[in-house]
Amino acid sequence: MIPFRRAALAVARRELRRERRRGTVAWVTIPFGVVALLLVPLAVGTEQVLLRRIGPGLYWVVVLLFGVLVAVGDHDGRSQRDATALLGIDPVAELTGRALAATLLLLGFELATGVAAVVLYDLPVVGLPQLVVVMVLVAAGLGLLGTVAGAVAGAGPGAALVPLLVAPLAVPLLLGATQTLDGFVQGRSTISWILMMIVAVTVSAVVVVVAAAPLQEGR
Amino acid sequence: MEPLVRLDALRVDVGSTPILRDLDLVVESGETVGLFGANGAGKTTVLRVVATLRRPSAGTARVLGVDVASDARFEVRRRIGYVGHLPGLYPDLTLAENLGFAAEVLGLPADRVGEVLAQVGLAGAADRLASACSHGMQRRAEFARQLLVEPELLLLDEPHSALDVDAVDLVEGLVARVVERGGGAILVSHDRDRVAKLADRCVELVDGRLR
Repeated sequence: MIPFRRAALAVARRELRRERRRGTVAWVTIPFGVVALLLVPLAVGTEQVLLRRIGPGLYWVVVLLFGVLVAVGDHDGRSQRDATALLGIDPVAELTGRALAATLLLLGFELATGVAAVVLYDLPVVGLPQLVVVMVLVAAGLGLLGTVAGAVAGAGPGAALVPLLVAPLAVPLLLGATQTLDGFVQGRSTISWILMMIVAVTVSAVVVVVAAAPLQEGR
Repeated sequence: MEPLVRLDALRVDVGSTPILRDLDLVVESGETVGLFGANGAGKTTVLRVVATLRRPSAGTARVLGVDVASDARFEVRRRIGYVGHLPGLYPDLTLAENLGFAAEVLGLPADRVGEVLAQVGLAGAADRLASACSHGMQRRAEFARQLLVEPELLLLDEPHSALDVDAVDLVEGLVARVVERGGGAILVSHDRDRVAKLADRCVELVDGRLR
């Protein structure tokens, strides 16, 4: 059997290389996310107090909705899946590599749209270490969920509906991120929300491990 | 010594439609078997079962000493080379990147990629995107991947499809290389004459059964 770590890292590098070549995240998803953040002040007005109040929540909604598209990614055709499987890659390693690549892309997306949100909504940047933890948890959780959902859908006709299926599952991440950020600003304890997010990410990781072989083999 | 491939009363159904029925086939080490038949006879399904990519509905399929329905199939996949109808290349990666991924997974030195691409006449196209290559070039790249992987069991589906005369020689060389090392091959085609030239024996598949 191919060593797990080597296989997962090779898959992650492959997916990042493909994304760099396509440029979907950099040239489509991030600009659209920023545009979505920009449209809100046009709709509700530019009152600074209001934007500061709703800004963090809006930011995480944008991360969730657009991030799902990043996380699900493209689906391989059968011939590519066969070729990868016959290299002897463990299905769990394959999905782990994909989830790792999705997590890194999501972190890039969060960072780019986060800067836009801070500028557009005049948000205070507080609790930076905790903020980094939240961003990593959201990226990892969405990356794992999106990867599983992508494997479920395969290249079938239902693939277009996958983002709609992932979004509800990511609600704990959205709640946790929003409440944690709000807690920083209000000076409340955020540990329970961070713990909830850790649980959500752990459950998603367990789903990847348990479902990898049936999903990869069943398509 | 156990044969490379042993199919016993193999049956594969898709829904209620039988694709393969009561199929028995043995491939020994050092043997090349040609499997021919009309479109829809079930040739590709046989290859996918042997490649451990499809489970039988009934009967047994043992490949390289393991049952393809068991979890041990993951252990032997690395030793199986399969070139299907469609190339398994990622269109948004170059040929070198596609093969480089395989080399990285298998822990092979990166310079092996250039060597095998040169062996199939694609040294000058290494940095070309797979999507920018002709079907024949992609097939050549698939053969290069097999040279990289060095499988014990080689499975080729319509091996001569989309290939020019030079590339046909590549197929023969690849099969000979695998067989010389004690491996075996199954070549599937609708064209008996072409496969017969490479195979030690040929069997015909008609409506999911061996004739």
